[in-house]
Amino acid sequence: MPKGVVTNEQLVAEFPEWTVEKIADKVGVCSRHVATEETAVDMAVKAAELLFDEHVDIKREDIDFVLLCTQSPDYFLPSSSCIIQHRLGLPVCCGAFDFNLGCSGYIYGLAVAKGLIAAGVAKNILLLTAETYNKYLHPRDKGNRTIFGDAATATIVSDEGFAEIGDFALGTDGSGAENLMLKTGASRFHEKTGDLTFDENGNPHSSDFLFMNGGEIFNFTQKNVPIVVRQTLDKNGLSVEDTNLAVFHQANKFMLEFLRKKIKIPRERFFVNMADIGNTVSNSIPIALKDAQEQNLLHGNILLCGFGVGYSWGGVVLKITT
Amino acid sequence: MEINEFVANFANQFEDTDASEITAATEFKTLDEWSSLLALAVIAMADEEYEVTLKGDDIRNATTVEDIFNVVKSRKQ
Repeated sequence: MPKGVVTNEQLVAEFPEWTVEKIADKVGVCSRHVATEETAVDMAVKAAELLFDEHVDIKREDIDFVLLCTQSPDYFLPSSSCIIQHRLGLPVCCGAFDFNLGCSGYIYGLAVAKGLIAAGVAKNILLLTAETYNKYLHPRDKGNRTIFGDAATATIVSDEGFAEIGDFALGTDGSGAENLMLKTGASRFHEKTGDLTFDENGNPHSSDFLFMNGGEIFNFTQKNVPIVVRQTLDKNGLSVEDTNLAVFHQANKFMLEFLRKKIKIPRERFFVNMADIGNTVSNSIPIALKDAQEQNLLHGNILLCGFGVGYSWGGVVLKITT
Repeated sequence: MEINEFVANFANQFEDTDASEITAATEFKTLDEWSSLLALAVIAMADEEYEVTLKGDDIRNATTVEDIFNVVKSRKQ
């Protein structure tokens, strides 16, 4: 996590119509980390360094592939993963590329990593996620500043380890692209438009900042997530009852609770950990997994599900082997 | 589908606003408590209680609670 922290108290000082209790109760977030000086790449490097420090048996010279999931690269080019290979001192015989996904990104990263290993292309993959959505938010964007936190994570995917990656169900529907979008700055609309307006509730709308149509994202989620969960379980020959823990993308407490009830997952087998983190986009699932591991909750079949910007979604089951 | 029941379900989504303040004619976006989060709660309520998908635009284009009721009712049939 980056050093900077924004608490609900700080947000309420800026948005007096919010209350600290209401944010905590509805959104499920009390504080979130916000990157100011650091970029996503800085944070990804730091996450990888921590991983190597924590697991001395994992050697840098054994890493033969770097995958980075980010929508906040340092540059248009080169690929941030190349910069990371160099900064981490990883071998030059390492493959590396970035992929641009949000809240579904970790699932796709696991899918690609599994494919690379199964095909014999790589043996030890450093899968990184890193995101700084806060840099894309307008300062008056109360809703998104409440929800999103910045973070980075590092995972090793190898032909051995504590969890076996099962079968995937993936999905994409680009018809929803405009409902979660940052429109300007890239090739289609290179120049900033300066088209900032405020709606009747004082929320900013601009093509130059991240825009999320909360209602449409909610509808997409409540329609597609139960389907992909069923597809994932079917592919792995499991039912909800066979799942020891469900770790979903930590979107917000309200949405998670709605999904949990709709899919009928018991509360004690549904992991929620966003109080001091917020919605960290592609980082939310690996952060939740790490926290669940520290709470000794990773046993048996762990159902993962990511969903969001694109629209893009995916699910997989991890089978804990130790 | 009955409007009084819908108004009660709508009012149920609010915590700080007394249910007696909310009627079919209430211009809900003028209520102090109204927020984007409550919009989600109303969309979720329409799904749970009536199995109807409300769109963000439906809420944006509505003024009164009855406007929302009419959208839900028309999709229910």
